[in-house]
Amino acid sequence: MTTQTLSEVRPIRLHRYTTGKFVTYVFLFVFLGYFILPLIWLSIASTKSNAGLFNSFGFWFAKDFGLAQNLKDLFTYQDAAFIVWMKNTAIYAVSAAVGSSLISALAGYAFAQYRFAGRNLLFGIVLASVFVPGTVFAVPLYLLISKTGLSGSLLAVILPSLLSPFGVYLMRIYAEQAIPEELLDAARIDGAGEFRIFATIAFRLLLPGYVTVLLFAFVGAWNNYFLPLLVLGKSEVYPVTVGLAYWNSLAGQLSTHQILYPLVITGSVIGTLPVMILFLFLQRFWQNGLALGSIK
Amino acid sequence: MSVANISNSVKTRPWFRRGRIGQKIIPYLFLTPFLAGFLVFMVYPLIYALNLSLYRKKLVGGTSFVGLENYAKAFQDVNFWAGVRNVLVFGAMQIPVMLGLALLFALLLDGKLIQRQTIFRLGYFLPFAVPSVVAALIWGYFYGQSFGPIAQIAVALHLKPPLFLTPSGIIPSIANIATWQYTGYNMLILFAALKGIPEELYEAARVDGASDLQIALKIRIPIIMPAIALTAIFSVIGTLQLFNEPNVLRVVAPTVLDSHFTPNIYVYNLAFANRQFDYSAAIAFTLAIVTAVLSSLVLLAVYRREANPS
Repeated sequence: MTTQTLSEVRPIRLHRYTTGKFVTYVFLFVFLGYFILPLIWLSIASTKSNAGLFNSFGFWFAKDFGLAQNLKDLFTYQDAAFIVWMKNTAIYAVSAAVGSSLISALAGYAFAQYRFAGRNLLFGIVLASVFVPGTVFAVPLYLLISKTGLSGSLLAVILPSLLSPFGVYLMRIYAEQAIPEELLDAARIDGAGEFRIFATIAFRLLLPGYVTVLLFAFVGAWNNYFLPLLVLGKSEVYPVTVGLAYWNSLAGQLSTHQILYPLVITGSVIGTLPVMILFLFLQRFWQNGLALGSIK
Repeated sequence: MSVANISNSVKTRPWFRRGRIGQKIIPYLFLTPFLAGFLVFMVYPLIYALNLSLYRKKLVGGTSFVGLENYAKAFQDVNFWAGVRNVLVFGAMQIPVMLGLALLFALLLDGKLIQRQTIFRLGYFLPFAVPSVVAALIWGYFYGQSFGPIAQIAVALHLKPPLFLTPSGIIPSIANIATWQYTGYNMLILFAALKGIPEELYEAARVDGASDLQIALKIRIPIIMPAIALTAIFSVIGTLQLFNEPNVLRVVAPTVLDSHFTPNIYVYNLAFANRQFDYSAAIAFTLAIVTAVLSSLVLLAVYRREANPS
């Protein structure tokens, strides 16, 4: 009797379980489509000429495969402006990433390893500015910069981006977890100076956290639009984001500039690829960073 | 031998590391690059702009000190408050949808139900890697009537292509772009917080016969409440600063997205197009005050709820 009821119950429960699982998978796949179809559309659109964009279905290729022509046009139009923008973005993102991660590592390490007067106050200020969005600083910065000679120079964008309060916060948490104090004490007894300890011992232990801050600073600078739009008046110093938005506005305003659409689309793909590749290869680091960031 | 080493190294130390005062300076030296930059590029511009906002350029007689007059004007400025209203409507619509989805995805992907969750985690996160300008460009084409796939499908089905960038449709349309971009990012923050919960905690509840839903509502969500609060605060702050997406979409919908559609667009146009630097500084500060008030209200609401769970 009992064995019979058991065998009756089991398949039903299993069945309910698999239905729930099926529904969940359908739900998750629908949203996977929502998140990646626009990117697939963009990639397909980058292979089309202007006529192809208008004449063919968005999620399938046009008769003529125009990616090579689009790339050629993209890299030559307006005296190769796009290449200049890519170069500016690269300079800007690399200096923001290297500079801000180093500055954050130094500051975070100091907060984690030393007891000093004003430590809590200073860290409180850092923490408070994590919650102040960059745009709040962008406008005053623009007002100030427009009075100085710095306006229109890439430095006006690079210098402010060297500061990352969130990076300091992240490096402090990381340094507290990753650096055993006994190790530093041992090095001190051996006579190593504080800066040598940082450069040779602590920095190596901080490296995973350092790469996380580096990655987020790189992406933040690469994708930034508001500050560069404000402080950079000339096309020669534009980053890709400002340049693409500019071309798109030309294409939208003047029918004679409609030929710019394929360039904006292909440029969007080229301008996004480096960040995507970086995220794919450095998965471990950004996942670490998000995990650390969510710890109170 | 080791004693000799120590005394030897003391001699070779530079001045700032000798003695007690030298030792005390060291943490400040580590902090100097950050603090110097902080003062020059964050504090000083703020002071400069604050000072600027107390003046007004007159047509006759040049610039004169007007005290808080610009702020009085800002508080009565219909354009400014229309922008604030727009971003609040946007936030009330977008933040619950985005964080609700992010939480649901995080709970599902953290459970045992789903295998191969990496493809979903990566796929959902991918839009975060796209610059917001590019995201706005893509969705601008999707909403458009010319070569957007939505209009193409509607025409193929002999339907009228839907209009998105209308006065009533514009805010949901921009909300969709933000949701597309940032849901995956918020999901990963919540997912990381869920991963930090020790498994034994729900094993015990499961043995007691609790369902997955009960475990999610009574154990997992309350434990990650601080992470949820963090995502909520950052979303509120980001919402008030809304600029990139509407500014890029202005090309396709210039009449709907006017020059004061969001407070930041207003500030930008006041300073950039109208050269009203002093007044735009006052608006920027008023916005900062509104932001601070709202995000501390969110913080307070979350912590009060955490302190006495109903």
